[in-house]
Amino acid sequence: MQQPPIIVSEHIGKSFGDFQALTDVSLTVRQGERVVVCGPSGSGKSTLIRCFNGLETHDSGQLTVDGVVLSADSPQIRQLRQDVGMVFQQFNLFPHLTVLENLTIGPMKVRKLDRQQAEATARKYLERVRIPEQAHKRPAQLSGGQQQRVAIARALCMEPRVMLFDEPTSALDPEMIGEVLDVMVELAETGMTMVVVTHEMGFARKVADTMVFMEAGRIVEVSPPQTFFTNPQSARARVFLDQILDH
Amino acid sequence: MKSAARPLTLNRVLNATPVAVGIYLFVVGMICWLSYSGAQQMGYNWQWYQVPRYIYTFTDDGFQAGEILTGLWATIVLSVASFALAIMLGLAVALLRLSGLVVGTGVAIGYLEFIRNIPLLVLLYLFYYVLGPVFGLDRWLAAVLTLGVFHSALISEIFRAGINSVAIGQWEAAASIGMSRAQAYRYIILPQSVRFMLPPLTGELVHLIKSSAIVSVIAVAELTTVGRNIISETYMSFEIWFTVAAVYLVLTLILSFGVSLLERRFQPLR
Repeated sequence: MQQPPIIVSEHIGKSFGDFQALTDVSLTVRQGERVVVCGPSGSGKSTLIRCFNGLETHDSGQLTVDGVVLSADSPQIRQLRQDVGMVFQQFNLFPHLTVLENLTIGPMKVRKLDRQQAEATARKYLERVRIPEQAHKRPAQLSGGQQQRVAIARALCMEPRVMLFDEPTSALDPEMIGEVLDVMVELAETGMTMVVVTHEMGFARKVADTMVFMEAGRIVEVSPPQTFFTNPQSARARVFLDQILDH
Repeated sequence: MKSAARPLTLNRVLNATPVAVGIYLFVVGMICWLSYSGAQQMGYNWQWYQVPRYIYTFTDDGFQAGEILTGLWATIVLSVASFALAIMLGLAVALLRLSGLVVGTGVAIGYLEFIRNIPLLVLLYLFYYVLGPVFGLDRWLAAVLTLGVFHSALISEIFRAGINSVAIGQWEAAASIGMSRAQAYRYIILPQSVRFMLPPLTGELVHLIKSSAIVSVIAVAELTTVGRNIISETYMSFEIWFTVAAVYLVLTLILSFGVSLLERRFQPLR
């Protein structure tokens, strides 16, 4: 049975001044689907998923997320962001708050939960990302991998329906990438809808339902991982894969 | 001896502790001697013994604050009220400036340039002699408004710089968990910018305390006015002005020291 679509982008375009970041991008993400977006840097992957929660606004085309049509000033954008979690390359934890406060501030101030409920949820997700013992530390006292796991937990605490990951392991030291990917694999196993921009092809092979390859602001190829990794349809995806899988 | 190995430069001689202390004492001594001998030459009659009773007295009722302490208290109240007003106005202007609205930015820049480019004294006259009669402001209110408005311009720039120094990713993280702009300011951005703002804000408060002396021209009974009044009765201008200057100095030094302790509390944050 096919799940209902949760993100539908139809021919969206985006430019920063003279630079055309996205051109005619059409992509549908269904509920429970895990989409991995890859491509060379500057290909528009980050811009695309930043559009999905309104951090960037597209200039043309139509983007519907969770039933809401996004435009420059959608009044529902805040409501939407509560349901779309985002994990950033640079973690972007709140440095002046403890780990626990980082996790509870959204549910308490935005969802208006009381402290007890918010802390219970926070502890549940800290458990899930395997750092319950760090609850009262500040982000600066944690390693990069721990910080990124806190960031994932922070997004999960809002109980989102979709999780977006913008190169979640690119700013990490190599030995910490594994712990973050493990958490993401587990999250995928719970059935969470995920859109992940990453170069981690091992992760992609393991969890992706759909591979999206972008170049120069366009989607060049959308195929299931079996096809994508063994027999990519586009020459450019083949070159890209050769480059990143060869070493 | 390792010091013998290095050449004896002028810098090193001047920085050697005994030499430095000696020079310092010499300079201070010269200044004191010059003012003393100058006063002697004009036949000034020093009456330091008169000064303490203007600061405080002990009577049968116990401790009595003298005029200078009363004036100091008035200066503190005036400064605190003005600073509170300046903070509120400054924050409002900074937020307007950063609002991204053309009107907001325009109003903020207009306000800033207007206030910054008028002398404080003229602003005070405007409030007291022009707006005063129109809106029925007494001298206290005129003084508080003048100082508050004048310093709000500078403080708004401090706020703006502090807010801009918080990384853009913090805004995005706040937005991504559904926070409104106001919530992001309140819970995420402003708490982080405090440590950037604290040192220049202290400087601004010290500046405000010092410039509050100017309201003596409209006879608000603060420290400087009190000093002037005592002198007009006693003619002890040297003693009283030295005392008034020392009181300002002690007040601002205590303040700076207190804030440097506070700053240390905010430091461990990265």
